[in-house]
Amino acid sequence: MSRLLILIPAYNEQGAIGGVVNEVRAVMPGVPVLVVDDCSVDDTVTTARAAGARVLPLPHHLGLGGAVQAGYKLAYELGFDYVIRVDGDGQHDPRDIPKILAALESEGCEMVIGSRFVDGSGEHSGVLRAVGIVFFRAVLRPILGRPVRDPTSGFVGVNRRALSVFSGSFPLEYPEIEALVVLQRKRFRFVEVPCRMRPRRTGRTTITPMKSIYYMVHVLLGVFVNVLKFEGRRK
Amino acid sequence: MDRLLNVMTGFSVLLIGLVLMSVRRAHIRVEYSVSWLAVGLALLVLSRWRGLLDRIGSAMGLDGAPVALLVVTGALFLLVLYRLSMMISSLKDSNIALAQRLAILEFRLESNEETKTQRS
Repeated sequence: MSRLLILIPAYNEQGAIGGVVNEVRAVMPGVPVLVVDDCSVDDTVTTARAAGARVLPLPHHLGLGGAVQAGYKLAYELGFDYVIRVDGDGQHDPRDIPKILAALESEGCEMVIGSRFVDGSGEHSGVLRAVGIVFFRAVLRPILGRPVRDPTSGFVGVNRRALSVFSGSFPLEYPEIEALVVLQRKRFRFVEVPCRMRPRRTGRTTITPMKSIYYMVHVLLGVFVNVLKFEGRRK
Repeated sequence: MDRLLNVMTGFSVLLIGLVLMSVRRAHIRVEYSVSWLAVGLALLVLSRWRGLLDRIGSAMGLDGAPVALLVVTGALFLLVLYRLSMMISSLKDSNIALAQRLAILEFRLESNEETKTQRS
């Protein structure tokens, strides 16, 4: 039987993390849940532990990519076959986890993306995010050689081959889009499955117009650098 | 022009002195002081060797030695800043890898202790 780990990167998510862990455990009983705490200053660690998750507390703030990669490294060392990442703010619906796992097991691809656009709904994506998604769809199309509908989704599952790659090389800031290019560089495959996205449970989005511009420039540069490392296009 | 060159000489000596003092007090590691000392020495030589500065200026198509001095100074500082960016990037990568390794080791240590406790 394949071993699955649910990975939840969290930073100051004490208001939402308990509910997310409980929901995940209700949907996937017996599956280990690992919360990677990116040095939160609130009670994220205590709340996650109280809800029944194992916690990997980082000694200082590494950013989303660093936190996710720490979880991938641990999962790889512990011999997990699949890891599904769920955000700690409650935006991802854990009821979609079985769908992602089924796709990972049946498709034989290295990554499965939970996409809010596969079935055309696209709910709960703000204007700035929607603009970014359209822009990066266009950027990624020629690089990946196929369309990707929701390149900014963090609701992703990976298998052991992808874990091996991501343990060694993973984008540290805004990792979702660059991770796709890293996979393409290794000639790995991905599929998208329809998933529901919900509004975040607590706190407010930190996305501002200035941050969006920085995000786009940063990710574009990251994509460009990864393209330069290509060993050859997938046949 | 002479005043500018004298100011640059003083600045170079000050830079070299500051770097040496920082190395002596272990505020800067020796390997990171090399670029600053090289820049200080280069500026010192240029500010005292007017003929060389004129030749550099004319080779670069610049109008006069003061402009050449400023361009060379700017270029040298850009090179040092670039080298520092590379060092910072390398240190950040090492730092992230160490933090992740530390967290994973602590996690595995705690897991082992929990297993031992449960067995005993």
